Amino acid sequence: MQQKPIVEISHVSFGYEPARPVLREIDLTIPKGSVVGIMGQSGCGKTTLLRVIMGALLPTRGEARVLGQATAGLDRDSLYGMRRKMGMLFQFGALFTGLSVYENVAFPLREHVELPDELLHDLVMMKLQAVGLRGAAHLMPTELSGGMARRVALARSIALDPQLILYDEPFTGLDPISFGVIVRLIRELNDSLGATSVIVTHDVQEALGVVDYVYFMAAGRVIAQGTPAEIRASPEPFVNQFVNGKLEGPVPFHYPAPDYAGDLELAEA
Amino acid sequence: MRVADLRGQFERIGAAASFHVWRLGFASRFLGYMVLHSGTALRRFRLTMAEIYFAGVLSLIIILVSGLFVGMVLALQGYETLQRFGASESLGVLVALSLVRELGPVVAGLLFASRAGSAITAEIGLMKATEQLSAMEMMAVDPIARVVAPRFWGGVISMPLLAALFSAMGVFGGYLVGVQLIGVDAGAFWSQMQAAVDLRNDILNGVIKSVVFGIAVTWIAVFEGYDAVPTAEGVSRATTRTVVTSSLAILALDFVLTALMFTGGNGQ
Repeated sequence: MQQKPIVEISHVSFGYEPARPVLREIDLTIPKGSVVGIMGQSGCGKTTLLRVIMGALLPTRGEARVLGQATAGLDRDSLYGMRRKMGMLFQFGALFTGLSVYENVAFPLREHVELPDELLHDLVMMKLQAVGLRGAAHLMPTELSGGMARRVALARSIALDPQLILYDEPFTGLDPISFGVIVRLIRELNDSLGATSVIVTHDVQEALGVVDYVYFMAAGRVIAQGTPAEIRASPEPFVNQFVNGKLEGPVPFHYPAPDYAGDLELAEA
Repeated sequence: MRVADLRGQFERIGAAASFHVWRLGFASRFLGYMVLHSGTALRRFRLTMAEIYFAGVLSLIIILVSGLFVGMVLALQGYETLQRFGASESLGVLVALSLVRELGPVVAGLLFASRAGSAITAEIGLMKATEQLSAMEMMAVDPIARVVAPRFWGGVISMPLLAALFSAMGVFGGYLVGVQLIGVDAGAFWSQMQAAVDLRNDILNGVIKSVVFGIAVTWIAVFEGYDAVPTAEGVSRATTRTVVTSSLAILALDFVLTALMFTGGNGQ
């Protein structure tokens, strides 16, 4: 934690409506070179936090500094300038369905840098080789399995050699082999590119194997943080329930409901 | 109780009206932003060319076949009426003026809305639903400049060309039925048409109509796609709205344009 942070979130609160804050007083620091997990239940605000980091949402209070710049003061061009140094892997890849695998990976390069065709070809093939799919360059996204699509999307997100790579639920819907491949790639790419990675996920067990540090969120707050070993041993009841997938704990099995007997009209009988 | 009901109804009508006004404003700002950010679509014209192929070339079959049949039916119906007045040689004029002034732009516009407009909405809506537009934003590429604007200009360029081809095909259909089948004199058919159809009053006004319809249909199509609720149901609703709204827009605009162009004594 001694290196200069790539992402600094200080006292950030955010709400789509002022009365219902989604993020409350979040403090978070992501140092250069690390792989950090943001974990928690669905709806706890972790995807919103990711959108704050990518500059798609601005904090209602507090400050988000990403790659040395406060996101609040950026105009469109500066925001796009910042995003050129970021890569993002969407939940289901978000590949462009009208373009081949090759063209998908070439897309950010064609949009942002003028390269001769041979050089572009070499760069695309290097990125595809890194995710093991050089042989699939000619395929269309509809011809790929879920795991392959995720890898192509990963190759596309690292096309411009980003300093910060964001992963939104990268493990959802993957078979064990594809999952193992993605976990390995996240670590390898992070270390070989000298990048920093942020993984937002609710697949806790899987993610704990790859991250250096974890922020655990519930109801818009960070309720626990630490290394994977510290999180596994956390005495916090919610973290304990979540990490071990227990039915009993602070998160009830039943959604809040009126009295059961009353609902069945047994009260008067 | 009845007063409260009445009030509720008024509130609903008011809410619906203000929503539609708000949406029209949003669509106008969207159009302004898109036109201002059309640099990519025009500089890298290959992007727009691909959309001209998608919206224009792929609509050719339905446009040409419909044009042919509309022209043939016009000739059959027109001949029936004209011969009663001994004016069957004017068949060419009737067919050409009907097509160039009205049927060409309007019917080609309606077909264009259902064939190309719906496809544009569905494509942009699905790109939104599958996060492709968000992915582009994250790659620091403006989806309105890169995806929407080329489709808009592709549609705007295609529509007048399709309307012209529709009219040409219709005239050919009229010739087939009128001259080849019924036996109207070919010389009279063509020469009366040449004499009566005016370049500025008829053809240019028809072209203006088709340009206006092209802008309206493509604007509605790209906006509905971009504004679609990003689910399967949302995209299907947006596609339906594109066809309904743009068809109504064509008919309403046609009435206004016809009133402006062909009244006031300069019509032939």
